[in-house]
Amino acid sequence: MDKFDVIIAGAGLAGLGAAYTLAGKGLAVLVLERGDYPGAKNVTGGRLYLNPVRRLFPGLFEEAPLERFITHEGVSLLAKDRSVNIVYSGNELREQPHQSYSILRAKFDRWLAEKVEEKGGMIISKTRIDDVIKESGRITGVVAGGDELRADVVIACDGVLSILSEKAGLRTPGAPHDNALGIKEVIALDSGLINDRFNLEGNEGAARLFVGEVTRGKFGGGFLYTNKESVSLGIVVGIEDAAADGHAIDVPALLDEFKGRPEIAPLIRGGNTVEYSAHVIPEGGLKAMGNLYGNGILAAGDAAGLALNIGFTVRGMEYALASGYFAAQAVLNAREAGKFDAETLSVYRKLLEKSFVLQDFRNFRETPAVIGNPRFFNRYPELTGNIMKDLYAVSDGPKQRLYQTIRKHLPLGEVWALFKDLKEVMKI
Amino acid sequence: MSDSMDLKAKLGLDVFKPVGDPHIRIRPGMEKDPRLKRAVSVCPAGLYSENERGEIVLDTDGCLECGTCRLACGVEVLDWNYPEGGTGVQFRFG
Repeated sequence: MDKFDVIIAGAGLAGLGAAYTLAGKGLAVLVLERGDYPGAKNVTGGRLYLNPVRRLFPGLFEEAPLERFITHEGVSLLAKDRSVNIVYSGNELREQPHQSYSILRAKFDRWLAEKVEEKGGMIISKTRIDDVIKESGRITGVVAGGDELRADVVIACDGVLSILSEKAGLRTPGAPHDNALGIKEVIALDSGLINDRFNLEGNEGAARLFVGEVTRGKFGGGFLYTNKESVSLGIVVGIEDAAADGHAIDVPALLDEFKGRPEIAPLIRGGNTVEYSAHVIPEGGLKAMGNLYGNGILAAGDAAGLALNIGFTVRGMEYALASGYFAAQAVLNAREAGKFDAETLSVYRKLLEKSFVLQDFRNFRETPAVIGNPRFFNRYPELTGNIMKDLYAVSDGPKQRLYQTIRKHLPLGEVWALFKDLKEVMKI
Repeated sequence: MSDSMDLKAKLGLDVFKPVGDPHIRIRPGMEKDPRLKRAVSVCPAGLYSENERGEIVLDTDGCLECGTCRLACGVEVLDWNYPEGGTGVQFRFG
C-alpha cells in the first residue's frame, strides 16, 4: 500500500487506543513500534484507572491481562529514622467494576496490540521512525527504515520525549523542571506471601506512595504496587532537583536505600528482582503542554504531556488511552470534512477539553507548583514523625500533656509556614 | 555513580539486544561541559563517568532509553537518538 489513512508512531496506550478506535471504523491504520513487540519499550509504575475509559472502549477491558484490583491505598511519610503510615481501604474498592488495577506494560500492551490487529489495524514492530515528511507546510508522512510512508494524518504517540513532535514543530525539548525520572524494580514474590504481607484476599491489590527521606527531601517519592506474582517497587524524582549542579543525587542509590528501609525490606524479603527499568514522566501539567495538533499531525499520551500528579494519585495511562480515542475521533471528523489541516484537526483539543482529560488538567493546573513545595518533601515527613515519636514516648518520669507535646514542635514560625502551605494546598 | 556491581547486576537482569553504533553521543568538544556532569549522577544505568582528564565519557551499553540525560543535559551537548528499531532494551514486564 502506498498510502495509509493514519500512521501512528508508537504502540503504547495512546497509539493503540487511537489505532483500536480507527481500525474499528475501517480505516487503514499503520502503527510503527521501535521495540521488538508492543510494550517492549514501555514502563509504568504502575496502576491503570479504568473507570474514566471504560465508556470509550466498550467491553474491551473485560479480558485484559490486568494484575490486581487495588483495594488498599497507602501513604507513608518517611522521616530519617521513623515513618507515619496511613492505609485506606473501603468496600467500594472491592465492588465491580473495580476502579483501578496494577498492570505490567509488556503484557498489557502486547495484548492490546492483538486487539488492534483483530480490528484490522497493522502493527509493525522493530521499526524506528527517523523523521517526518513535511510538504508545503503539512506533515504528510514519516520516514522509517529508509522508506517514505505517507498518510492523511500522523499521530505522535512516541512517548514523553516525543522527538517526532519536535521534528514536526509542535514542541521543543522538555525542561528538567517539568519532568521526573522514575526507576523501578519488578520483584517476583509468591502470591500467597503478597496477600499475607499486604492484608489482601484473592486478587485484591495494594498501592502505596512514600514521601520524604525516600528522595532525600527532594521532589518525588517512592511507590509500591502489588501485581499477581510480583511487586513493582520504585522511586520518582524530579529531574531538576536530581540533576542540580553541585547537589546532584545518585538516583540508582536512592532505590537501594529505599529497599533497605525497615518499612520496605520485610515486604519484599525472599523476592527476586526480575527486571530493572527507568522512564521519564511528564510532571508539568497544563502549563508545560505543547501544541496538541498541527497541519496533518496530532500528539497524544505522554507525547502530549498528558500525565498528572496530584499527590494522592499519579495518573497517565488513562489519559493516554483517552487522548488516543479523542485523536481518533478528530481524524474521523477531519475525514468527513475532507481536510487535515490544523484548523480542522483542532477539534481534538475541543474534544479533550470537553472530556475528563483536559478538565482534570484545568482543575489541577496549580498542582505542579503547589506540590513542588520542598517542605512537603524535606520538612513535613520529619515534623510529623517527630510529633508521633513524642506522642507515643513513655519515659522514666511523668508524661507531658499532649497539647504541649505537639505545640513544642510547632513554634509560631512553623505554624505560620504550615498555614501558608495549607492555603496553597487549597488551590488543588 | 552507584556501587557499579549492584547496578551492573540489576542491568544484567534486563534483556538487551545489541545496538550498532552508539545511539547517544557527547557532541565533539563538549566532553568537559559542566552540564554533562548532571548525567553522571542521574543516569539510572550509571552509564556516564568522569575520566582523569575531567572529561565525561559515556558507554551506552545498558541504556534504559529513559531520556533523562537528554532532559538534564540538553541537546546542545548530547546528540541523542533512540536505538535502531528492534535493538536496545526489551522489557519483559515493564
